[in-house]
Amino acid sequence: MSQATAPRFYETKKFKENVKLTFVTLLLIAGSTLILMPLWWMISTSLKSPAEIAQYPPTFIPKEFNFSNYVEAWQTAPFTRWAMNTVFIAAVGTIGSVLVNSLVAYAFAKIRFKGRNTLFIIVLSTMLIPGFVTMVPQYILFSKLGWVNTYLPLIVPAFLGSAFFIFLLRQFMMGIPNELIEAAILDGAGHLQIWWHIMLPLTKPALITVAIFSFNGAWNDLLGPLLYINDESMYTLQIGLQTFKGTVQTQWHYLMAMSVTVLLPVVLLFFFFQRYFIEGSNISSGTKG
Amino acid sequence: MKSSESTLAHREAGTNIIPERKSTNAAVKKKGLSRKAKDNLAGYLFISPWIIGFLGLTLGPLLFSLAASFTDYNITSKMNFIGLENYKRMFTMDDLFRTSLYNTIYYVIFSVPLTTAGAILLAVLLNQKVKGMKFFRTIYYLPAILSGVAVYFLWMQLLSPSTGLVNTMLGWFGIEGPAWLFDPEWTKPALLLMKMWSVGGGMLLYLASLQGVSSQMYEAADIEGATAWQKFYHITLPMISPIIFFDVITSTIGSFQIFQEAYVMTENGSGGPGNSLLFYNLHMWNNAFEVFDMGYASAMAWLLFIIVMILTVLNMKLGKRWVHYEGGDGK
Repeated sequence: MSQATAPRFYETKKFKENVKLTFVTLLLIAGSTLILMPLWWMISTSLKSPAEIAQYPPTFIPKEFNFSNYVEAWQTAPFTRWAMNTVFIAAVGTIGSVLVNSLVAYAFAKIRFKGRNTLFIIVLSTMLIPGFVTMVPQYILFSKLGWVNTYLPLIVPAFLGSAFFIFLLRQFMMGIPNELIEAAILDGAGHLQIWWHIMLPLTKPALITVAIFSFNGAWNDLLGPLLYINDESMYTLQIGLQTFKGTVQTQWHYLMAMSVTVLLPVVLLFFFFQRYFIEGSNISSGTKG
Repeated sequence: MKSSESTLAHREAGTNIIPERKSTNAAVKKKGLSRKAKDNLAGYLFISPWIIGFLGLTLGPLLFSLAASFTDYNITSKMNFIGLENYKRMFTMDDLFRTSLYNTIYYVIFSVPLTTAGAILLAVLLNQKVKGMKFFRTIYYLPAILSGVAVYFLWMQLLSPSTGLVNTMLGWFGIEGPAWLFDPEWTKPALLLMKMWSVGGGMLLYLASLQGVSSQMYEAADIEGATAWQKFYHITLPMISPIIFFDVITSTIGSFQIFQEAYVMTENGSGGPGNSLLFYNLHMWNNAFEVFDMGYASAMAWLLFIIVMILTVLNMKLGKRWVHYEGGDGK
């Protein structure tokens, strides 16, 4: 502005940039606090005594840490059984999901077969169909098959491919050079061998992403168990937790203790495999249009 | 590892000599099938799980529910053709249907723009050269991975009118918070608040896309003396518009399916105070699995399908006007 004279320090670009960054950082810290506060609240409530929970104004740090809340709540209902059921369903489903989706994705990425592009468009368009539209007839189908009150309706669909995972893995596999596959074919390898010996090892990061997402999905699934599982001994943690609320009513220290417990494996998974969560989202974003 | 040598040889040959493919075809033919036939066979074999799933769990159910929507099917005893009776019933006799449609549209109208704008804002903030970006990214993304019954219980506690965290914090600013889940006026805003907590899930997509925008464009704009808003509006927004487009389509479909929150937070799907949380899918669920009126539920499912399809097509048509594709050819 004023020529000749050097700009004052608060007029320099660097200063302005620093002010902006400080402001943004403060905003982000405030936002993070807001995000973390509910989680802190959950943990703190889970450790309080019922009297302290009812107290007004509420306390942020429990006066005494009642870790016994966790033990008592866990023993109030068959949580051990429910946890094992959930792990079983999630584990089998995850294995199926990783194997089947990568097999299907390999075909869409690397095998030239008739009608491949049309079929792939159908795969993508099924992502636009709301799950609720097919829920009622699926229930009718599974109940006619006599699968109600078994784990089959929760597990079998995982072995029949998921459009999103097929898409995600296919995008990843497209990045693997064709020459690698051509060379293996010239050496006399079949597609099954190529998939197993070449594709699976090379796409490990994407497979881990799919594994984590499917495990999470199965772990958090409420609808499936709600629809198909009747026996309390066959419940998963989600539906178990839902009925647990009916048992303990508004005993929030127990409810929060079990909520923390059910969320904990997912949080641990997230912190250990964070990279794959983030990669998973980025793979799907790499395909605009 | 004997094969690696021949692999290399083949690959080198392949790069120089064009008729390579012909010779392999001939070589394979000796074993029986041609390469093309083998590829077709393997291709279909590999995707067969998906084909079974598509026919059995998607296309079949879609067609079945279309047929069932014209009947009074109740899963056990009857299945009589009753024409358009179910569809007529929705619009003329079922007051709860109208309530559920209203509640759902209310939720979609607020949640889609709020989550989209929130995710973009967050991504833009995180894309500044602030220290500890990875740390912030982790924290903001964390709520997105938490879902299910536990999270709904947590929010029921947070939104508790007298001793909940939300109203306690509002109290610091002298605001007397509403009764949230107990007040029909505030139940849907309560769910929107909960939704906003996990807005960081969408943020990742935008952040990845923002990091792909070349800094040269911003530098050029700086030279021209563009303001921060001008840069955002004329550079950032167009560059990330394909992601916005994708996000709006998927979150519209997702929001239309709101169910679990309402089911868990309203005592097994009762619909909450004044039916203010009776969403479309909750009403459909109650018809299908509480009273086993499968015909009616199928008709509701198909109407939902049609509504979502129309919105998606509309989004795609409108998208052509504002979505910017690099290189100019809208694919």
